[in-house]
Amino acid sequence: MRKYLLKRIFYLFLTLFIVATVTFFLMKLMPGTPLQNEAKLTASEKASILAQYGLDKPVWLQYFIYIGGIFKGSLGLSFQFSDQAVSYLIGSRMGPSMQLGGQALLVGVVLGIILGAIGAIRKDTWADRLATILSILGIAVPSFVLAILLQYYLGLKVQLFPVAGWSGFTYTILPTLALAASPLAETARFIRTDMVDVLSSDYIELAKAKGLSKFGIVYHHALRNSLIPMVTLIGPLAAALMTGSMVVENIFSVPGIGEQFVKSILVNDYPTIMGVTIFYSALLCLLLLLTDIVYGIIDPRIRLSGNGD
Amino acid sequence: MKNPENVIEVRNLEINFHTYAGEVKAIRDVSFDLRKGETLAIVGESGSGKSVTTRSLMGLLAPNAEIKKGSIMFHGEDIIKKSEKDMQHIRGKDIAMIFQDPMTSLDPTMRIGMQIAEPLMKHKGLKKKEAIAQALEMLKLVGITNPEGRINDYPYQFSGGMRQRIVIAIALVCYPEVLIADEPTTALDVTIQAQILDLMKDLQNRIDTSIIFITHDLGVVAGMADRVAVMYAGKIVEYGTVDEIFFNPQHPYTWGLLNSMPTLDTEDGSLSAIPGTPPDLLEPPVGDAFAARSDYAMKIDTEQEPPFFKVSDTHYAATWLLHPDAPKVTPPAEIVRRQQKFAEMEMQRPEPPIKNATKE
Repeated sequence: MRKYLLKRIFYLFLTLFIVATVTFFLMKLMPGTPLQNEAKLTASEKASILAQYGLDKPVWLQYFIYIGGIFKGSLGLSFQFSDQAVSYLIGSRMGPSMQLGGQALLVGVVLGIILGAIGAIRKDTWADRLATILSILGIAVPSFVLAILLQYYLGLKVQLFPVAGWSGFTYTILPTLALAASPLAETARFIRTDMVDVLSSDYIELAKAKGLSKFGIVYHHALRNSLIPMVTLIGPLAAALMTGSMVVENIFSVPGIGEQFVKSILVNDYPTIMGVTIFYSALLCLLLLLTDIVYGIIDPRIRLSGNGD
Repeated sequence: MKNPENVIEVRNLEINFHTYAGEVKAIRDVSFDLRKGETLAIVGESGSGKSVTTRSLMGLLAPNAEIKKGSIMFHGEDIIKKSEKDMQHIRGKDIAMIFQDPMTSLDPTMRIGMQIAEPLMKHKGLKKKEAIAQALEMLKLVGITNPEGRINDYPYQFSGGMRQRIVIAIALVCYPEVLIADEPTTALDVTIQAQILDLMKDLQNRIDTSIIFITHDLGVVAGMADRVAVMYAGKIVEYGTVDEIFFNPQHPYTWGLLNSMPTLDTEDGSLSAIPGTPPDLLEPPVGDAFAARSDYAMKIDTEQEPPFFKVSDTHYAATWLLHPDAPKVTPPAEIVRRQQKFAEMEMQRPEPPIKNATKE
């Protein structure tokens, strides 16, 4: 297991390195410079500022300087917020993003499992169809559309929740709902398909032959077996939440990383773009690694093959 | 047949399946008894209705199945009329079942000890700890070596034969009166088959349970069963004691089955097979359903359904060949040989083998 983990962690760093490299050069291909909006500056002033940040050097040299910085544990300084460390920027804005993402994932997955299980148990009834329609809607409607709809109806019209901002739990409810729709729908669809399969398997037949009640069969046998493949879905779901959160955070003025990221792209704040990208990639890789570890804990067959040989 | 008391009495059972193509008449007027402590084998080829019949005893028919007619009496009550809730109290406690494929019939994510303990907790109201303790006893009984060390293992850590032992342990843990074994050895290789069959016989004696043994393998039947019912196209066509069915078969279908089974006496290399395929049960044929595949079919076989003719007190067959007016036919050579052997056996027996009057 340890050997496996070490190998995985090595791959994690390799992945991050490649991501950093590709992002760096892609970013350099973007039109404009960090100073494009500063019309008042003279050419010599611009040149001296560029020199100050090392932007006058050839791109390959800039790349090596940047990578060198990463190996020293520094993500550089932000351009737009006069010389704040990118790591500090990310750190101070991580809280709201993580809270939103976590809440949305929890709400989405839990409700999704319930919805999917109902669909599977009551297959081909009105309940199943309703669940299917809900999941299709959840997948088809982008989170930002839902966000605006929620904002308009629940925020502005009914005034049930605050429209935007970030000061207290009630402020998190609308963005959480907007973000939760997609993982909810994905989970429901996944669990339904999976559980229909599981419910027709021989060991469910045997559970019936034991005289277990319907609830007992679903709870003790069907659910656990359906949840195993579900674990693989959670990594990608969390990743989708991250990208979704960028727009949703903007709509609800949530002071999170996503909002920061969008801003930094607009003003060519290179170190922030790089920093956030690497941070997101690292998070995603970690999630996937975690998924595999959790998978092994839930499914005993995988645990052995990881252990023994 | 230690005791003529009937545990289960099935009468005139008719089961249809609703499909897109129409109503499949899967079980057509089936009646049989299961006696206390006996092993009744139900033999027939795929699709003959063996499994459907036994599933109806458990109340585990597919949702598109409908019991059209008949009754299944168990302890003086009709199982067909029972609610799902009542059936849950019978399943696993009074009537238990062993399935065909041990590789897929255990829950892969649950420790086997818990899987065996589950029926005890459900039916006997035992606490988890007590139930696990009894599950351990059961593991010993079904011959799992080092049961203490293995009770917390998962199914994937066992071989097919061992898994079938565990499935048997699950089925027998509540000491059911009736055990339904649906081709329990089909998925196992031959040496393991023999072990599992020995185990079932041994446990039957200890627990005093009646077994309904479903199989298409006549070789298995010979060693296991007290009585045999042969099914074809949703009907029982012949039933009798195992000796009667093996050595004095009367129905052409039974002849065909026995003829296609290799024996030590089989001299030439080739085995005979029954030509053709079973009839479409969407529109079951009129008369004897086997007539189309039978070399011995007569005109009446395609016009009128044969009733059961009595061969002995325990042996009945539904074929017009047994009608007093039917022409005498000579069965296949192999069957004649068997019947000669049967005659010899009868000569040696001091008195008629079984005295139980079988109700028609």
